[in-house]
Amino acid sequence: MKFTLSWLREHLDTTASLTEITDALTRIGLELEGVTDRGAALAPFRIAHVVEAVQHPNADRLRACKVDAGDGKLISVVCGAPNAHTGMKAVFAAAGSFIPGTGITLKVGEIRGVQSAGMLLSLREMGLGEDHDGIVELPADAPVGTPYAEWAKLSDPVIDISVTPNRGDALSVRGVARDLAAAGIGTLKPWSAPAVPAVFASPVRWDVQSPTCQWVLGRTVRGVKNEPSPQWLADRLTAIGLRPINALVDITNFFTFDLGRPLHVFDADKLQGGVLTMRPGAGETFLALNNKEYTVAAEDCVIADTAGVQSLAGVIGATATGSEADTTSVFIECALFDPIRVALTGRRHQIVSDARQRFERGIDPALLPDAIEAATRMVIELCGGEASEVVSAGAEPAWQRIATLRFERLAGLGGLDVPGDEAVASLETLGFGVVARDAVSVTVSVPSWRNDVAANTELDPGPGLDAGRAAAAAKGRAAVEAEADLVEEVLRLKGLDAVPPVSMSVLGPVPQATLTARQIRTALARRTLAAQGLTECVSFSFLAQAQAALFAPTDPALTLANPIAADLDQLRPTPVASLAIAAARNAARGFADVALCEVGAAFLGVACDAQPTVAAGLRAGSTPRSWIAPSRHVDAMDAKADALAVLVALGVPMEALSVAAGGPGFYHPGRCGTVRQGPKTVLATFGELHPRVLAGLDANGPMVACEVFLDAIPEPKRRRKSVPDLPAFMPLRRDFAFLVDAAVTAEAVLKAARGAERTLIAGVALFDAYEGDKVEAGKKSLAVEVTFQPRERTLTDAEIEAVCAKVAAAVEKATGGRLR
Amino acid sequence: MTDDLLDLKDRTEAALSAAADLRAWDAIRVGVLGKNGSLTALLKELGKVAPEQRRERGAALNRLKDDLAAAIEARRSTLEAAALDAKLAAERMDVTLPPRPVQPGLIHPISRTMEKMATIFGAMGFAVAEGPDIESDWHNFGALNIPAHHPARADHDTFYLPPSAPGAAPPVLRTHTSPVQARAMLERGLPFRVVAPGRTYRADHDATHSPMFHQIEGLALGRDITLGHLKGCLIDFLRTFFGISNLPVRFRSSYFPFTEPSMEVDIGWNRKTGELGGGGDWLEILGSGMVHPKVLANCGIDPSVWQGFAFGMGVERVTMLKHGIPDLRPFYDSDIRWLRHYGFNPLAAAMLHEGV
Repeated sequence: MKFTLSWLREHLDTTASLTEITDALTRIGLELEGVTDRGAALAPFRIAHVVEAVQHPNADRLRACKVDAGDGKLISVVCGAPNAHTGMKAVFAAAGSFIPGTGITLKVGEIRGVQSAGMLLSLREMGLGEDHDGIVELPADAPVGTPYAEWAKLSDPVIDISVTPNRGDALSVRGVARDLAAAGIGTLKPWSAPAVPAVFASPVRWDVQSPTCQWVLGRTVRGVKNEPSPQWLADRLTAIGLRPINALVDITNFFTFDLGRPLHVFDADKLQGGVLTMRPGAGETFLALNNKEYTVAAEDCVIADTAGVQSLAGVIGATATGSEADTTSVFIECALFDPIRVALTGRRHQIVSDARQRFERGIDPALLPDAIEAATRMVIELCGGEASEVVSAGAEPAWQRIATLRFERLAGLGGLDVPGDEAVASLETLGFGVVARDAVSVTVSVPSWRNDVAANTELDPGPGLDAGRAAAAAKGRAAVEAEADLVEEVLRLKGLDAVPPVSMSVLGPVPQATLTARQIRTALARRTLAAQGLTECVSFSFLAQAQAALFAPTDPALTLANPIAADLDQLRPTPVASLAIAAARNAARGFADVALCEVGAAFLGVACDAQPTVAAGLRAGSTPRSWIAPSRHVDAMDAKADALAVLVALGVPMEALSVAAGGPGFYHPGRCGTVRQGPKTVLATFGELHPRVLAGLDANGPMVACEVFLDAIPEPKRRRKSVPDLPAFMPLRRDFAFLVDAAVTAEAVLKAARGAERTLIAGVALFDAYEGDKVEAGKKSLAVEVTFQPRERTLTDAEIEAVCAKVAAAVEKATGGRLR
Repeated sequence: MTDDLLDLKDRTEAALSAAADLRAWDAIRVGVLGKNGSLTALLKELGKVAPEQRRERGAALNRLKDDLAAAIEARRSTLEAAALDAKLAAERMDVTLPPRPVQPGLIHPISRTMEKMATIFGAMGFAVAEGPDIESDWHNFGALNIPAHHPARADHDTFYLPPSAPGAAPPVLRTHTSPVQARAMLERGLPFRVVAPGRTYRADHDATHSPMFHQIEGLALGRDITLGHLKGCLIDFLRTFFGISNLPVRFRSSYFPFTEPSMEVDIGWNRKTGELGGGGDWLEILGSGMVHPKVLANCGIDPSVWQGFAFGMGVERVTMLKHGIPDLRPFYDSDIRWLRHYGFNPLAAAMLHEGV
């Protein structure tokens, strides 16, 4: 909210400097957004009388002037402006002053033999505009010697604060003044609204048929002349960014900011039927004062006459009955509306207005009678005329509340020991009234304008919360909430910097583990992928629906209702999608060969357990070119290695895993695999991206990727390791090459070999796979190295031969493979 | 030693010195010690020597044999060493060639910051808590004292998903990490201290706002935790995180629906240079406060018994400040050049004993 320093001083008697005031505002929670002090830069400039302006003896385009800046001494100034003339009033800058428009500090100098000890200024030189055709010429009655900024009303700083949603009362200059006074910055000036005598019966009456309106006052003033506002009012509104319109409208704006009391004035002569009704909207359309049309519904409260909607209650008026230059009779509305309903109506119609902003935060419910008197008085003062009686409907709601503060809680909750007397004094300057007081506590009445204190709004207990637990919690809340409000008020005014910081108590000599087993897995997966050479990305969780659809059928439940951009509207089915898009983007920048990873959510549904954490890796393009080994395209085995590296790092026993062909549809159907633990649990997938996916992303291949489903990995068993197997005998290694059908998987051969003689075979490793013209068509050669580990004695040649035969037989039985 | 033996010794030693390679050396060895070698012949002839001289001659011959064997062996070592030197000299490689390429991977600055945060808060007794990105309206708003009509909702720029049924409150992408507070209060035994780093979302996109960003939430509940502890905890964290032991920290009264009293926290910096610590300017860095009694009650905790503090901090903002990263948008762009510039070694994890 913006206001000027002079406006603040109307309500606050203070000698504090601007900086003291703005520092206090920030400290007490009315955070300073900024100060515009146009006068500060203009402070050295005074109004001067150009006593003489003659042709410069040595320069055609210059004038030699004698200037009186108020003290009667004549100062010699050389001026280049064509409009400098004898007798004019101008703005003078003495030597030593800084010129904002040019960034130069003036010095006494000599220009072609004539002394120049100052400067006559243009608007541009003062930083007030672009006009540089000549120096500023002021009216003849401008007072010589007076600071220009003061005379031009530019010396009044504009203070802008941000008001938090709980502080409707601080959306008024008087509310701000009250807070400052309570914080020790001066005293709040008294304010009263003497009654304006009523001289006739109001021709307009109220009828309330909507729960939105709790109480409303109205008053007709007839015989007004609606001219432009006087300068002081226009200046104030202009300073805070409002456009003066006419006196009647400006008066309502004035009260909105001065007292936080929105008002509306209807042109009484344009109202039809003599009754203004507050009622639910009925689908009518009206033209509002912002020149937009709105259609009102039953949830909205409107103010209507017999001709139709004349105002959207608490939000905006209609043009039809607005006051204009020819208005001679007005009906002033001063109402109390339900904050929630006004908020919802405003949001539904997307209207942001000063009135809505105040009504939805809650206005002072006790101020209505005084406010209508003050408004009537100002209307008559500025526009003339005479006032009717006050007409009303509804009634003042019971807003009175009390709250108790145990002084001990200031330290017990707030951490600051404040003496009881000081706390009470603070509350009293804020307008709280002492109802009861003893040594340890005080009970106060809450002022009408503090809707946020002891508000006792409804709880919203968690769904499924145990009833007993909820009831105990609700009881505890009723006991302490208002007290917390008061603790906040006292601390706020004291300044939170006064609270001594206390380090957290130590829970034990050594802190407990910070991460859960699952969180450690996530961290380890991230580090493992990076150690594999993948660079971690953090991508948006949403992407374009069309791109998401390349990876999985898109679920409409995961389409954003209000995306910020068309290409960020669908939650991603897998982080692989984000990485593929990132790789394509890097390729477009000239970096086609990248290896990326991301550990983040995949979105499979809305439920909590449908947002699993996935460690994803993606490699694109080729391996680096090197003189040692040729560059090659990345392939599915690179992705498989990444996936397995994560699983190994997370302690998944490799012998418990199986790899089967096939995987999600975004992979090349023939070049992808799924890693399972047991028959069902899918731990990982890997493969080459489907060419259709690459085409859809406008990306060049190849790209290979893997996903590891971290939530699916079982907690590693906390078992002690068994004693290691360290036989005394040398292991023995033999190679076997099997000719098998092309469809036989490596895993089948390895499994069969491993199982041929479990006590002796310690390991089987595949070291060659060959398909080509050296074997018959439809076949392939798979070569494995089998490690035999004797345990009791060295094997004889005959025994070795026998076990090798077993291996060959087992593989042949399982796969039909023959030794080559 | 007789003249013939001395002569043999001299000849052999001269020949060994002259042998340039192992082949020549072997010829000498065979010529002296071989089956038909000159020394072997002398030994064979020993029987023919007169018995009274035999003993002396035998001893001299044996001595000569030992001497010559040693000389031959020594020459072999020398020649072998020379041969190896020559071989190795021929095997010279250009060591300035690049090695096999290894592509190092890196950790994103956001992850690194969140690790550091967990480490520091962990040392203060906090555990890491989590919650889902897609949240219910209650967890994101209702539990936190932000009812549907609350003006604060307008500030949140919430992303909505389609409601599960007509009229039901639509699920939201969490606008802050605060819903994890509600989850922790419902699920954990008191007292507890948790921090919750994670992704958050707001429908806002410009130079300084991203539709997705990260926050860390903190929540400490106990019987006697005061605003003083909140200040102490945050000062301790900020000074450790930024590595500035006298970092100025300022606390301003503010408002959040879910805390009371509420405060915003500023740190001292120089607006012009971006340097932290001095400079006389203040930079808002996080929001915090004592947990509102309504929030405790909504989550089934009796606020007349339990109290504590909560805070929320932007992860990107402190990351940018700590590392002097000027622009927010590249965090999410996955530009490999940016990632290589700002990324972190995965093996240098954030650990207390290595300093954070």
